[in-house]
Amino acid sequence: MTALQTIRSVRQRKSQSSVLAWFERSVPALVLSPSVCVSVIFVYGFVLVTGYLSFTPSTLMPRYALVGLDRYRDLFSNDVWWESVNNLAWFTVPFIIGSAAFGLLLAILMDQRIRYEGALRATFLYPLALSQIVAGTAWQWLFNPTYGLERAVQNFGWSSFRFNWLGNPDLAIFCVVIAAIWQCTGFVASLFLAGLRSVDDEIVKAAQIDGASLPTIYRRIILPVIRPVFFSVTLILAHLAIKTFDIIVVMTAGGPGTATWLPSYFMYTFAFERGRMGIGAASAMMMLAMIVAVLVPLMYLESRATRNAT
Amino acid sequence: MPGLKIRDVYKTFGSNIEVLKGVNLEVEQGQFLILVGNSGCGKSTLLNMIAGLETITRGEIEIGGRVVNDLPPKSRDIAMVFQSYALYPSMTVKENISFGLEIRKVPLAERSTIVARVAEMLQISDLLDRRPRQLSGGQRQRVAMGRALARDPELFLFDEPLSNLDAQLRLEMRAEIKMMHRRLGKTICYVTHDQIEAMTLGDRIAVMKDGVIQHFGSPQELYDSPSTMYVAGFIGSPPMNFISGQLRTAGSGVAIEIDTGLAKSLLKLPFGLTQMQAYIGKNVVLGLRPERITDAMHSSSRFPVQTVEVRVDVVEPTGPDTLITTHLNGKRVVSRIHPGTRPDDASRLSLLFDLSKAVLFDPDKGTRIDAVSAIHQAA
Amino acid sequence: MQHSSLTVRAVLYLALLLFAALFLIPFYLVLVTSFKDVAELRRGNMLSLPETWTVAAWLKAWSAACTGAACNGLRPYFYNSLEMVVPAVLISSVIGAFNGYALAQWHFRGADAIFTLLLLGFFIPYQAILLPAAQFLGYLHLSNTIAGLVLIHVAYGIAFTTMLFRNYYVSVPPDLVKAARVDGAGFFLIFRKIFLPISLPIFTVCIIWQFTQIWNDFLFGAAFSGTTARPVTVGLNNLVNTTEGVKEYNVDMAGAVITALPTLIVYIFGGRYFVRGLTAGAVKG
Repeated sequence: MTALQTIRSVRQRKSQSSVLAWFERSVPALVLSPSVCVSVIFVYGFVLVTGYLSFTPSTLMPRYALVGLDRYRDLFSNDVWWESVNNLAWFTVPFIIGSAAFGLLLAILMDQRIRYEGALRATFLYPLALSQIVAGTAWQWLFNPTYGLERAVQNFGWSSFRFNWLGNPDLAIFCVVIAAIWQCTGFVASLFLAGLRSVDDEIVKAAQIDGASLPTIYRRIILPVIRPVFFSVTLILAHLAIKTFDIIVVMTAGGPGTATWLPSYFMYTFAFERGRMGIGAASAMMMLAMIVAVLVPLMYLESRATRNAT
Repeated sequence: MPGLKIRDVYKTFGSNIEVLKGVNLEVEQGQFLILVGNSGCGKSTLLNMIAGLETITRGEIEIGGRVVNDLPPKSRDIAMVFQSYALYPSMTVKENISFGLEIRKVPLAERSTIVARVAEMLQISDLLDRRPRQLSGGQRQRVAMGRALARDPELFLFDEPLSNLDAQLRLEMRAEIKMMHRRLGKTICYVTHDQIEAMTLGDRIAVMKDGVIQHFGSPQELYDSPSTMYVAGFIGSPPMNFISGQLRTAGSGVAIEIDTGLAKSLLKLPFGLTQMQAYIGKNVVLGLRPERITDAMHSSSRFPVQTVEVRVDVVEPTGPDTLITTHLNGKRVVSRIHPGTRPDDASRLSLLFDLSKAVLFDPDKGTRIDAVSAIHQAA
Repeated sequence: MQHSSLTVRAVLYLALLLFAALFLIPFYLVLVTSFKDVAELRRGNMLSLPETWTVAAWLKAWSAACTGAACNGLRPYFYNSLEMVVPAVLISSVIGAFNGYALAQWHFRGADAIFTLLLLGFFIPYQAILLPAAQFLGYLHLSNTIAGLVLIHVAYGIAFTTMLFRNYYVSVPPDLVKAARVDGAGFFLIFRKIFLPISLPIFTVCIIWQFTQIWNDFLFGAAFSGTTARPVTVGLNNLVNTTEGVKEYNVDMAGAVITALPTLIVYIFGGRYFVRGLTAGAVKG
């Protein structure tokens, strides 16, 4: 072979191998790209489409003319929407407080070096393995005015006991709260327990030697150390609360009347059952805004707490 | 009055894991007691039992004359400094130090005075408003000590407090702890695995192994007259040489036969024949510290020095002296010679053996076989 | 904590027992009610055991109960769920494995951005994508099909599975991968030889968790399936909330147990892995 031919063939091989090398380096990115595409389309793309729809006059079928903030005006002048938002507040606050309090209590109890921890933990976590529909069905039965709790307590002797919260517009939401707390407490307890367990044992010993009693140790030493966990828990619970849908559908179908409508239920009903996509989309965007409004400050506070607590 | 008394203490975990098997010791008030040994020997468990953080399976512990078995930690008048400092992360240094006082409802004015005094003693006055995460390791260690000092207890407990510090800080803190002890005169019980800390800090040292005390005595006792091979090998660096060989008669005394690799010689030992009668002809282990094998003797010793020619295997100049490693009876033996001479490897050297402080051990049991009655052994 | 007196321990265990009872009672009620006959339901105490045990409610819930227009029980929907869950779980898990592997061990520009991109997907309320997703399925002629549901579940499951695998694979020492690359192995070979062999635990966690999530889903099932592809959760809701004559609570409860059974069984046998999935999910906050 001539020198030129040699050089040419070496260059060819090099360019071939550099193409190959480039390809090899790109494999990870290529592997990820379908998922990235899917994410971009299904998550970000669809959110944008929903946002777009919220500015259109779409009803049963989508129409793509833009009509400004009409749908939002419709939304904000809709009493049912505001009732939904109101109900959400009445749901979220007791839900977060109840789940966190019971979860913390349970975690502290389980932190006391008890036996049968595995069995207990299994008992507290199994509701999470159930669909909200199943959980809602069970609690709906429990709260049944004729055959449920009321009858059972009456049979125990308290004959004037009345319990018809499900049928009471002011109290029905609390039935849902109770069912939701029942489902989530085990999970919250797991988070708190993990946090409690991560506390350095020697700090507790030092406090014992300093003479602190057990409640004092929890209150002044341990709980401050696990402040980041409180934020995580609040974040997760708030986020779950806003998304609550299934359990409303099965327990109350939004009733009595609209007493247990939530924004998620509003969106579904208007968009899919009443054929009013535009306003449905607007309500969906409002839900997104709610989540952002809640999560962003919480995440900021959590990162500050994490930095400060250790 | 005894500052701390441990009487016949046993500790079993679960149904069958015996961690402490009959521990006995006693120190006077104001003495510095060291519990030393390798991991697993039970020293930390014993400390936790003194503190009240672990229950006592059997036996009694007395602090300042009171039996404290059934008292919780807060009633024992103790303070403890932990290996990881265990400072309360969510409190400032000031709050950390005064927490114990706060629990005991000491009024605020008095608390502030105490904190200020302690902070000054430990030179951390300008750190009072900081949080633990803003402090260096050495500073955290001082705060931990401050917390203990503020309580002014009857007994101070230290659980390997210097293990997490770097070498230089460790030296500094060691000196400070020693000075503090001298100034305050309180009883201290200190756990460590470092024999240098044990030797330099303690008034009394308990060397522990497998849940029993092998030897309890003053640092010098442990150094010169260790009761077991374990103790002898644990204390002192480089460790005591163990030369095994057969015990022979030598006139009215005894001698041990050694093989230097070049020749066999007989090393006369300062023990009477009648005392050692039982071991004649049997294998024994001779314990001799490296500084007792050297090239020039300064002080006159009670027992005549013997010269042996050995083959030099390793030469390690350390600055103040040079360590020569040779092999006697196949075992490694280290000697300290003056830094001036620098023999080559594999050359021959004449070494002077000062056997006046020699000790003899039973090779199977590891216990001393000379002057047994004078030695305190595990109860 | 050492010095706990006997009374304190007793109170502790009592409190825990009380909690345990509170957690178990609803399910006990469901179970017990499902074995009663309708007459006894009317008469009796919710809490009492059945006077006569009967499986009539179960049979009806399975094959004869009315769920809206049709009266075929939950059986068709149960099979729908099975048909949907198996592919959805497997596909999303496998994709998650490769994604997680790529993100954990192969550093390239944009890896962190991609990670954040996927992570944010967790937080959106699904209401914000329901309408376009329904339309999208329509365009693909996948409305009211099981394949359509599988697509949706895979699309929205990838974020979680990727996170799970990434957090697991990140603990493999990068030097191992470097050595393999120096030896000449490529992306897939390294996965097969080094990562796959250690992946059984994490696959188990992923499969258990995905199975639970997808089987228990209601929103997607309700929004994207008509009668043919309807999953069992939607079927149960219809069963419970269709008022047609006399309400048969025992059938409702039997239906609930039937719906819950697969995930409960997975939970009982794979509980340990379930918990690991929980904490992994919680890490993302």
